[in-house]
This record gives sequence, C-alpha cells and structure tokens, in this order.
Amino acid sequence: MGIDSLIGGTIWDEYSNKVTDLMNNPQNMGEITQEQADEMGAKLIVADFGAESCGDAVRLYWAVDPKNDAILLSKFKSFGCGTAIASSDTMAELCKGKTVDEAVKITNIDVEMAMRDNPDTPAVPPQKMHCSVMAYDVIKKAAAQYKGVDMESFEEEIIVCECARVTLSTLQEVIRLNDLTTVEQIADYTKAGAFCKSCIRPGGHEAKDIYLVDLLEEYEKEKMASAATLGNEGGSDVDFAKMTIVQRIKAVDKVVDDNIRQMLIMDGGDMEILDIKDNGENIDIYIRYLGACNGCASSSTGTLFAIENILKEKLDANIRVLPI
Amino acid sequence: MNVYLDNNATTIVDPQVFAEMEPYFVQKYGNPNSLHAFASDTHPGIKVGMEKIYAGINAHREDSVVITSCATESNNWVLKSIYFEYILTGKKNHIMISEVEHPSIIATAKFLESMGCRVTYLPINHEGIIDVQTVRDNITDKTALVSVMWANNETGAIFPVEEIGEICAEKGVLFHTDAVQAIGKLPVNVQLFNVDYLTFSAHKFHGPKGVGALFMKKGKELMPLLHGGSQMNGYRSGTLNVAGIVGMGKAIEAAVDALDFEMTEIREMRDDFEDELLKIEDTFVVTPRNKRTPNTILISFRGIEGESMLWDLNRAGIGASTGSACASEDLEANSVMEAIGAAEDLAHTAIRFSLSRYTTEEELEYTLKVVQAAVIRLRGISSSYAYAPEGHESGLDSHHH
Repeated sequence: MGIDSLIGGTIWDEYSNKVTDLMNNPQNMGEITQEQADEMGAKLIVADFGAESCGDAVRLYWAVDPKNDAILLSKFKSFGCGTAIASSDTMAELCKGKTVDEAVKITNIDVEMAMRDNPDTPAVPPQKMHCSVMAYDVIKKAAAQYKGVDMESFEEEIIVCECARVTLSTLQEVIRLNDLTTVEQIADYTKAGAFCKSCIRPGGHEAKDIYLVDLLEEYEKEKMASAATLGNEGGSDVDFAKMTIVQRIKAVDKVVDDNIRQMLIMDGGDMEILDIKDNGENIDIYIRYLGACNGCASSSTGTLFAIENILKEKLDANIRVLPI
Repeated sequence: MNVYLDNNATTIVDPQVFAEMEPYFVQKYGNPNSLHAFASDTHPGIKVGMEKIYAGINAHREDSVVITSCATESNNWVLKSIYFEYILTGKKNHIMISEVEHPSIIATAKFLESMGCRVTYLPINHEGIIDVQTVRDNITDKTALVSVMWANNETGAIFPVEEIGEICAEKGVLFHTDAVQAIGKLPVNVQLFNVDYLTFSAHKFHGPKGVGALFMKKGKELMPLLHGGSQMNGYRSGTLNVAGIVGMGKAIEAAVDALDFEMTEIREMRDDFEDELLKIEDTFVVTPRNKRTPNTILISFRGIEGESMLWDLNRAGIGASTGSACASEDLEANSVMEAIGAAEDLAHTAIRFSLSRYTTEEELEYTLKVVQAAVIRLRGISSSYAYAPEGHESGLDSHHH
C-alpha cells in the first residue's frame, strides 16, 4: 500500500538478473530426439503441460537411464512470457543428474528460489509465481509417464494455493485456530492467495476446484451452526426484553464478539458493555469505547450506527446504543 | 535505435504544442477566475485554445465542449450522470455499451450494474466490429444511453457510429461515443451525424497528458460530476488547466491539419509494414485494413506469447504493446482477441504496433528486422514448434486450467 502501490511500475523491473539472463539466453532450451536417447541407451520421456490458449505451455524432454532412473539429460521448450521461459529453464537444470524420484520432489518454490539473485529478494513479482508452478507440474507429468502411473499419485495432499504450495488441511486449520474472516488475513498467515491470486475466488487466471472464499464460507457456516447450538443451550430463544440483566449482558456480549469486536480490534480499538436499562419502549445499552475507538469521529456516527443496527437485528428492534 | 510504436497508448508532445504551453507556467500563471491582470493575461490563450478545440470537432458555438482531466473522467461523467438523472430516478433502467470499450467505460458500467442498472454488452463480429443490428435489437423504451467507441484502441477497428447515432435518434435514446482513438486519425465532425456526447483526450494526438474533453450537444447537457467553484459554466468545477487548454487547442489544430497525411502517408507506411510482417509464416491480422484507423496493426505471431515478443522488441529499443496474458496485471488474454473469437491459441500472441505522424520509414525497416529475428529466436524456444517423437500425443492442445 501507500506510495509504491499508487504509482505501480513495470513487472519487468521486479525480475531478478537471473530471470533476465535466462530469458535472454536459456541454457537448457532444446530437444532430445529419439535417436539421441537411443545412442545414450536412455529412455526418452516427452511430457507436455499447459496450453497456448491458457497463455503458457511447456514441453519437457528427459533422457533417463533405465538402470538407475537417473536423468542424464533434461531439455525444455516453452510457450510463455519471460518468467515462464526462465522457470522452465531452471526446472530443467534442477532435474539434471537427479533420479526421477528425486526430481519429483522439486517444487515451484525450489525453482523460484534458484532464480533469486539473493536469498531475500523474490525472483519474480507475485503475479508471476504461477509461471513456476507449470514447471513443477510438468516434472510430475514426466515422472508419471516414466513410471507408467497417474500424475496425481505424486500429490499426497490437496494443494489449494499452488504458488505458495499451501494445502487444504493447513488452510482449514489456520482459519479455524485464528478465526480468520478475510482472504487478506489468510494471505498474511499462510501466503496463500498472495501471488497469482487464482485461488482466491473464481474468475482468476486459472480455474480451481477449491477457492479461499469457499473455505471462509465453510468456516463461517460452521461458526453459525455452533453458535446456534450454543445459543439454544443458553436459552437465547427467550425474548431479549424478558431476559434477566445477566442474560442480557451475555447475549449482547455474544453478538458483539461474533459480529463487532473483530472490526474494532482491526482498527486498534475495542468496546465494553457498561449497563443495560429499560427506558420506556426502548432498551438502552450503555457502552464505553476503548483504545483507538475512544475519540474516533466515527465512534459517534458510522461505527455506532453499525453496532446499533447489528444489535437491533440480532436481539431487539427497540435497542438504542449510547456511548459514554 | 529507439522506435516508438505505441501511439495508441500515448504520443510524443508536438514541440510546437509544448512551445505554446510554456508561457502559461512561469509567466502567465494567474487563476483565470480572479479579478486582476494576472488572471486576464490568461484569457486570450484560453479563448484561442477553446476556439481551436471547438473547431477540431466542428462543434457548434451553442454546444458545450467541457475540458476535463482525461478521457477516463469524461467517460465516467457521462455514465454516472446518466445513472443519476435517468436510472436512479426510475425514468429508465438500461444502458448499452460494446464489450470491447475502454476500461473507463466497462468498469464504470460494471459499477453501475452493481448499483442496479441493467447493462447490455454488445458483441463484436469476426472482424472485430459491432453489428448495427445488435444495437437495434437491444434498445428498449427503458434504454437511457448507448455508448460505443468510435475506433477500438487494440485493433483500430472503426465502429459504425453514424448508423448507431441514427438508430438512437430514431428511438429517442442518448448516444455517447468515446472518440479517443479517432481524433487525428479519422475526420471527426459532430454536426455530420447524431451524437449527444463525445469524449476525446489531448495526449492521444500529440498534446499534453492530463487534459481531456467532453462534447455535449446543446440541450443535452449533463449534470456535473465534479461540483465546486462553477468553472466551465458549472459543468466541471476546478481551476482551469490553462496550459492544458492552450496545448490541447494547438494539438487538435495540428492533428486536423495532419489528417490527410495520416490517412494517406501513414496509412501507406502502415500497409507496407503490415505486408512485410505478414510475409512471416503463421502471422494473422484480424480486422481488414479498410475498416481500421490508418495507424494501427494488431498482429498475432503463432507460438510466441505476447510478452516475450515485447521483451525482445524492448531489448532492441522498440516500444509496442500487447493486451495479452502475462503483460498486464490481470493476466488475461487479449480481450478483443477473445471477443472476436480468434483461435484460442492466438489469444495470447497478439502484438499491437501503432504509428504516428512522427514514425519514419527507417524506423519501420529497423523494427521489421528486429521482429524477424525475434520470431526466429522465440519460435526456437517455443513448445508450439517443438520436436516430438513418433507416436507422442501432444498434451499442449487441451486446457489444463
């Protein structure tokens, strides 16, 4: 955010020197023909991934020694932008000398790390991370072909964000433990969704089976279901107006916890409930703002209306909220 | 050698335009609305600038040509004011735009859609042009506005604005055209056909950035988008951009003067250059030349992703453009190519060369050589032209997404 986000810049400026050099002079670009493989006594593997219609595609050639599964020679051809070509090149380089089983363990993150000029600076801008994913996928495809198995058999877990390689189970756990409600929070906690953004919601660069918004929705439903159960146990079916003062404070507190507090805390503030009194037709809830909310202009306008509306909707239409 | 072939994005400022603007920064800097000589020193320049701007599109003196900050502002103004006046009040519920409008129209329309306005996105045909019949078919008595660009920024395709204007007149629907890509490339005369609003921008015809305009026909004036000190007769408040008005005036005068040159000499240079490019195998151009602005080529090089081509061009000092894949933040295929329904594998391979009256034969000869070399290098890398052993079933034709 801030000044850098306002003026933007060209994505090329964010490429590492290695990416630039490899785009200008790819080292492992080329083909392995059947004749070459035969001469080496090797098995030729030709694996394709991607499609021109999707904007990037790669063909990987391996000459594999059938005696020990060692990759003797590794070459690529690629349709894509500079990072796609550099990633494919780096991937082909990393395969060389490894066995097929070792090569399958190479991830897109290894490819990206190998293209960095220094360990702390990413080799490509976030929206280009997906280019390295293709390099990873094509290895699996080649290995599957060599072993005569299905490509999916190399994937032990379901990956939701391929750029950052975050699994479904990790995401579900992190969302639940930290009570995450936004995709930005997920990105902060896990890096999922921080790169090409395809996994956030439908309509991105790539179609996915599972999106981050689905996971948030799933968690939201879970929370509501458990709240409903808890609510029933606590007897919140009872009319708010007829509750005892203790029940009322508990009920208000719960609504504040579930719907309001998070929003205030994010802005560095909080609130507490001081008292609840009947005042003719109205039920007045006296609150005190804490932290940054205290003295914030919106605490007597927008935020206050929001709090009042939520409480009205959830508990009783006659509620008035009065900050002290 | 540095070659600028991205003139549909922006243009070099004509040195004469710059010279006319210069006094309005350090010498004649008064606020035109003030009451002193500093202010009145700016008035003759503003008057001359405005007269030239009116003359540039042949607006009637009773029409309003309001100076804005850019074409995006002009386009936002039209759609949003129409929304306030007609949609929000319930008089109408519908606007119509083409599916290949500039983002300042598309994004604004999408926003209005989210506010409850019905929006029709008119399709383009295989030549990249709107069929007039689709306008007729989609107009209802609840349609408030039709907004269709005069010429497309990507392909240069010229849209039938005269005919669309006629349909709108007949149906009593307001008509707006975004003429950003038309001024200086095509004759623009607002009195020759029915048009209520017309957007243009100085930096597309060798004027300064930050100066746009909106023509509003007499009697069709919109409510303001920017409220404030009532400059520009209250239609667009904000201290006048004096140097900008002076610059835009000079620029449009020069652009109209150079129109014949653009439509003959530049067109010929463009055609020759295109002929040479098309001699490269597996290259495609969509919109026929006679249906395009004289300066634009959108060409596909099979097997070469657009951004890689830009990369090689840039290394040789050449600036061109692509709306395709990796080059833009949203990583989408060229929207026009997709809309045309071009073969899917070509959607990411389109490169746009856009010339101007400053483009030289020598520059195009040099560019041709660079393109030829880049095609050889990049197709050498490309999987599209790669070897496969006998019996290999290519996996590159299907979607993986």
